[in-house]
Amino acid sequence: MIYFARSFPLMFIGGLIVACVTLLALLAPWIAPYDPSEINVKVILLPPSWEHWCGTDTLGRDVFSRMLYGARVSLAVGFVAVGISLVIGLVLGAVSGFSGGRVDAVIMRLTDMVLCFPTFFLILAVIAFLEPSIWNIMIVIGLTSWMGVTRLVRAEFLSLRHREFVLAAQGLGVSSIRMMWRYLLPNAMGPVLVSAVLGIAGAVLVESGLSFLGLGVQPPDASWGNILTEGKDNIQIAWWLSMFPGLAILITVLGYNLLGEGLRDFFDPKLKQ
Amino acid sequence: MIPLLFGITIISFGMMHLAPGEPVVVGQEFNPKVSAQDIERLRAYYGLDKPLYEQYLNWLNRLVVLDFGKSFSADGRDVIDKISERIPVTLWINILAMLLIIVIAIPIGIISAVKRDSWLDKCMTLFVFIGFAIPSFWLGLLLMIGLGVNMNWLPISGLHDYNWQQMGFWQQQIDLLSHLILPIFVSAIGGLAGMSRFMRSGMLEVIRSDYITTARAMGVPEKSIRYRLALKNAMLPIITLLGLSIPGLIGGSVIVEQLFSLPGMGLLFFEAVMSRDYPLVMGITVIGAVLTLLGNLIADISYAWADPRIRHGRNG
Repeated sequence: MIYFARSFPLMFIGGLIVACVTLLALLAPWIAPYDPSEINVKVILLPPSWEHWCGTDTLGRDVFSRMLYGARVSLAVGFVAVGISLVIGLVLGAVSGFSGGRVDAVIMRLTDMVLCFPTFFLILAVIAFLEPSIWNIMIVIGLTSWMGVTRLVRAEFLSLRHREFVLAAQGLGVSSIRMMWRYLLPNAMGPVLVSAVLGIAGAVLVESGLSFLGLGVQPPDASWGNILTEGKDNIQIAWWLSMFPGLAILITVLGYNLLGEGLRDFFDPKLKQ
Repeated sequence: MIPLLFGITIISFGMMHLAPGEPVVVGQEFNPKVSAQDIERLRAYYGLDKPLYEQYLNWLNRLVVLDFGKSFSADGRDVIDKISERIPVTLWINILAMLLIIVIAIPIGIISAVKRDSWLDKCMTLFVFIGFAIPSFWLGLLLMIGLGVNMNWLPISGLHDYNWQQMGFWQQQIDLLSHLILPIFVSAIGGLAGMSRFMRSGMLEVIRSDYITTARAMGVPEKSIRYRLALKNAMLPIITLLGLSIPGLIGGSVIVEQLFSLPGMGLLFFEAVMSRDYPLVMGITVIGAVLTLLGNLIADISYAWADPRIRHGRNG
């Protein structure tokens, strides 16, 4: 343990933060001191105290409890969105890098196109036109963030395609699908994992931005972004409403970024020296 | 470039129109005075009754002569006018943010690379990680509370002070600038972190390469190794990265402009999206995409200008 912390400090700290946040989110119903949507008009906008660690909001709900439940939303959005983008990215990248030629050209054009798109505009438009629900948010973020993975997988496949072990497998008559899945993909997993971890951080940020604009997870469900929006509206009188959820986002995203960077060093020690 | 733009318009047009809910219906569902015939008439007026591909072709036809159509909103003005009065604010903020990124991030990256593992490098790495992770609107909020409300140093919203008309020319410029400082900083923070990180690793990589070792062995002074030999090569990827960061900046302007109530393109887009003003949404999307493509083109050209290998072809 100590050895691990010494040799991979980034991964250690990042992993620790991620583990803590995930644990808090999972155990929210048991840890939360209050019901997150319980309205209590007697305790509106109280500053942090022993009873309410992070204060209360405009409806007298406990901010700490809401943040615990908000963590579930933010992390779920991060995981599912990245899951979707991974599936799309892996498939497109694999097909593109493996088959080459015209298919490759078309897929790469498509990738360039989406990269040129101010994606936040697209996300905003789609969410506003559909209902801003948690599922729509996950899907749209996933659908607009697969380009990096596609490029990674494609590059990795291109460089592996003419290596001896691949040629040997080809000579033995291994099918294309099996070839990609069993021989090529495992070799590309390192960088993909890194970009997935960094992607979670990105998705958490995008979700909070959407919630901030009022297009994220809708009240009464809590998310860090929509607590912050309430904080913005009461900025002069209730600093705790904007302070704590912001800190939570910062720490979570920081954790995932550190973990990602740590994993990158781990898979590619050359960079570190 | 043109096919790329073409594809972008098809995607956005399709997505927008396939989504449930129509502009003429939004806000009218509960209005008893609007009958079904009225809605049909409105749809015909805006051309929404035609099949989707026809609407798209019509729109494209007009786009060729730079006619973006009229806004669906009550004022019914030309989309192009609405955009062009809003675009300078967004452009200025993003250009200045980009300059800020270049001016700050490159020296930070160089210093951290040259003095690797020093306390300076560690501080900057910490700053970079926090800059990456901080939600820009939250940073904006904190700065608004701190510098704007508590200290009263900087204005927190809008472009001008209320007595803008009475000011002299220079006073006006100073006033404008003081309104723009926070938005520019908030837009720049993410790019700042990314770029300085990138600069650092680029510089480290170059410093380790063979030609630098050779130069060092030949007794070239350390200073000119760093700033004459290494820097040029380390700068190359930065150009590409700057090009790639444009969509993020333009997209981010929605949040920044909303936060600081600036009358820019991002805020206009937000309003257009909320009221389903199709022509306006499409217009801004196209302009945003064109700006991005232009930025990438400039990046490509300056890349060729900076790198003789590209300028003279691969074998030159």
